[in-house]
Amino acid sequence: MSGNDNGFVELKFRDPVRARALSETLARMTDEIGRSPVSIMHVCGSHEQAIAKFGLRATLPRNLNVIMGPGCPVCITDVPEVDEGVALARQGVRIATYGDMVKVPGTVLSLADVQAEGGRVDVVYSVAQAVELARQSREPLVFFATGFETTAVATAAAVLSDPPANFFVLSAHKYIPPVMEIVAEMPQTRVEGFLAAGHAATITGWGVFEPFVARHKLPVVVAGFEPLDILAGLVKLVERIRERSASVDNMYPRCVTKEGNLRAQEQLWKVFRPIGGRWRGIAHVPNGNLRLRDEWAHLDARQQFDIDVARLWDYAPPALGHECICGDIMAGIKSPVDCALFGKECVPHSPVGACMVSSEGTCKIWHQYGGHPDLGGYGAVCAR
Amino acid sequence: MCLGVPGRVVAVDGLLATVDFWGVRKQIRLEVVDEPVQPGDYILNHVGYAIRRIPPGEVDATLALYEELLKHAEREDDLMAADIKSEIDGAGDERQ
Repeated sequence: MSGNDNGFVELKFRDPVRARALSETLARMTDEIGRSPVSIMHVCGSHEQAIAKFGLRATLPRNLNVIMGPGCPVCITDVPEVDEGVALARQGVRIATYGDMVKVPGTVLSLADVQAEGGRVDVVYSVAQAVELARQSREPLVFFATGFETTAVATAAAVLSDPPANFFVLSAHKYIPPVMEIVAEMPQTRVEGFLAAGHAATITGWGVFEPFVARHKLPVVVAGFEPLDILAGLVKLVERIRERSASVDNMYPRCVTKEGNLRAQEQLWKVFRPIGGRWRGIAHVPNGNLRLRDEWAHLDARQQFDIDVARLWDYAPPALGHECICGDIMAGIKSPVDCALFGKECVPHSPVGACMVSSEGTCKIWHQYGGHPDLGGYGAVCAR
Repeated sequence: MCLGVPGRVVAVDGLLATVDFWGVRKQIRLEVVDEPVQPGDYILNHVGYAIRRIPPGEVDATLALYEELLKHAEREDDLMAADIKSEIDGAGDERQ
C-alpha cells in the first residue's frame, strides 16, 4: 500500500473514490474554518466502534477532532444505580440484566461479583426474555433496565404487555438529548457540532434536536454507521460549522424521519418519565434519567423492595478507583491514552472503570481497535 | 447498543414475527414498530423488538453494510461483530 493511499482500502469503503473525495472535501473545509483543532462530538458507542475499527481517524485531517462523548449506556450508569442492583442480588432477589452490565463496578462490587458469591444474576439479550423467565417461576424477578431511549422503548413495550405479577423493573435507563445540553454548557468544552446516532433517531426523530440547536446554536447531523455514512456526516457537520449555521441535518433518511416512530414514543412516555439524575462522571443531567411513572409502581423495584445499599459500603473501595478518569473520558475532555491505567492496570479482563467494561466504552474500543492514528496497529487498519 | 440489525420477515403471528437473519431464524416482537409488517418485509431489530420496517428501496444498502461488518470480523472478539451477533441472539428462539 502506497503512502499516498491514505488508507482507502476496499475493506473499509465500498466506494473508495467517493471516500477519497469526501476526505479531501473534509480536509479543505476544516482548513477553511481557520481554527485548529475543530472538535466534533458523537454520542454513540456504535459510531466509535465503526470509527475505530475502520481506522477513520487516520483518514481525517489532523485539525479535526472527533470525540466520543457519553454515548455508552453501560458506562454512564452511575455507581449508586449499580449498587441498587447489586444490593438486591445480595438480598437474595433474582436479577436479570443485559450482559454488559454484569461486570460494571459499583462502589465495591459488580453483579458478576455477587454472582460468584452465589447471587442469582441472569444475563438476557432482551427484556422479553426476562419476562419469560418471570413467567417460569413464582419468585420475584427484577429486570435491571439499562440503555438509552431506543432500549427503553423495549422495556416500555414489555411493561405494557401485561407481564406477570412477579416481574419488576429497576430502571437505570437514560435519555441522550439532555446530556448534549450539558456537554454544550461545559466551560471546558470545545465541541462545535454533534454527530447523532442513526438508530436512536429512528425512534425519536431528528426533530428532537431542534430545541437543542435553537438554544445552543450548534449544528447536529444524524448519521448512519457505514464508514462512508460517517464520513459524509462529518463533511456535512464541518460544512455547517464553517457556515456558522445552526441546523439539524438528516444524513440517514433511510431510517430516520423528522417525527420518528410515534408508536414507540407513545409507549415510551406512557411508561417512563424523565427526571434529573447522575450520569457516571458527568454528575447531574436534568431529565437525563428515565423512571417508571407512578401508574407502574406495582412493578417498580424501587417501590416494591427495600433496597439496602448502605451495607455494601462496609468494604474498602477498589484501590485504583481514584485514578480512573472514565468521567472525563465520557465527557469528551480526555481520551483513553490520557489515562495512566489504560492498557496496563485497566484492561478488558480486569477493568478498573466502566469505559473498559462495555463493548461501547471508549477505552474498550480503543483497546481493541486502537482509536488514535498514532497508536498504529488496528487504529491504522489501512497501514497493514 | 446503538445498532439495530436488519432481518427478513418470514412469518407473522399477531405481535410476533419470525425473522431470518442470514439463515438464523428468531422471534421478534412487533409492539413498537410503526408500520404493519408482512412476510417479505425487512425490519431493524433492537433487543428483540422491531424498531423500523426498512423501506424496500433501502434494503440492499442496509444489508450490504452489515454483511461487511460481519465478514470483516477478523478477530473473534471484534466488538462490532459481537454487538451485531448479540442483537441477533437477542431475539427469541425460533418456534415452529
